[in-house]
Amino acid sequence: MCNQTVSLVAAELERHGISTVVIQLLRQVAERMRPPRALFVPFKHGYPLDLPNDPRRQHKVIEAALKLLEDRTLSPPVLVDFPALCPELCKTSQH
Amino acid sequence: MGDLNEFSLPVKLFLKAYPWRKIDPIPWALRKKPLSECRLALVSTAALVLPDLKPFDESIRGGDCGFREIPGDADVHRLIESHRSKSFDHAGIHQDPNLAFPIDRARELAERRRIGAVNRRHLSFMGSITAPGRLIQQTAPQAARLFVEDAVDVALLVPV
Repeated sequence: MCNQTVSLVAAELERHGISTVVIQLLRQVAERMRPPRALFVPFKHGYPLDLPNDPRRQHKVIEAALKLLEDRTLSPPVLVDFPALCPELCKTSQH
Repeated sequence: MGDLNEFSLPVKLFLKAYPWRKIDPIPWALRKKPLSECRLALVSTAALVLPDLKPFDESIRGGDCGFREIPGDADVHRLIESHRSKSFDHAGIHQDPNLAFPIDRARELAERRRIGAVNRRHLSFMGSITAPGRLIQQTAPQAARLFVEDAVDVALLVPV
């Protein structure tokens, strides 16, 4: 349900002129709800920014989210997969 | 990975049948300045609270739609995670609340000028809200007004 809550709050922030990006852990929810800008991450629930006590990996996810805020070519709804698609990240992300 | 198969069968069936609220029309705010000049606020749904704040009410049917403020200078390790859901592993957030409320990462972004500033306050919800009517009508607009007052430009929202 957390995925829905962040999406609904994000929509309200956008209505008030604040640009948002939401992390999403369930692709199906993001596809059905259509938050304005969403980064789908391949991590299990409870680990939205990858690993605890690993600032480098957390920054990678956050940086990918910030890039969605910067990209002026995008139009809503934006749903982008975190480039965890790099095998080296995925291997160690099987919490 | 984040997948319905993580959950028990009853939860999976509930989530499959749940009427997710479609956002329509989709609002769209564009930044008016470079990110390096933007003020960033965080929203987490991990039900994190400071020890002296009222905890979330787990007994409310449909979920507690309220939110708690977390000051921008809060020590992340003092935050208490009180999310009622038993459907996810809480261990990672207990080890490092930055996982769901990345305030230390936000400060690092500001230090290296990737963003302009970290807002003076951030918001914590308990995300397990199955009846979001009050969230949509009342508390999300209240949250937005707080951030407007603070001249927040951009927000990062993190579920668990």
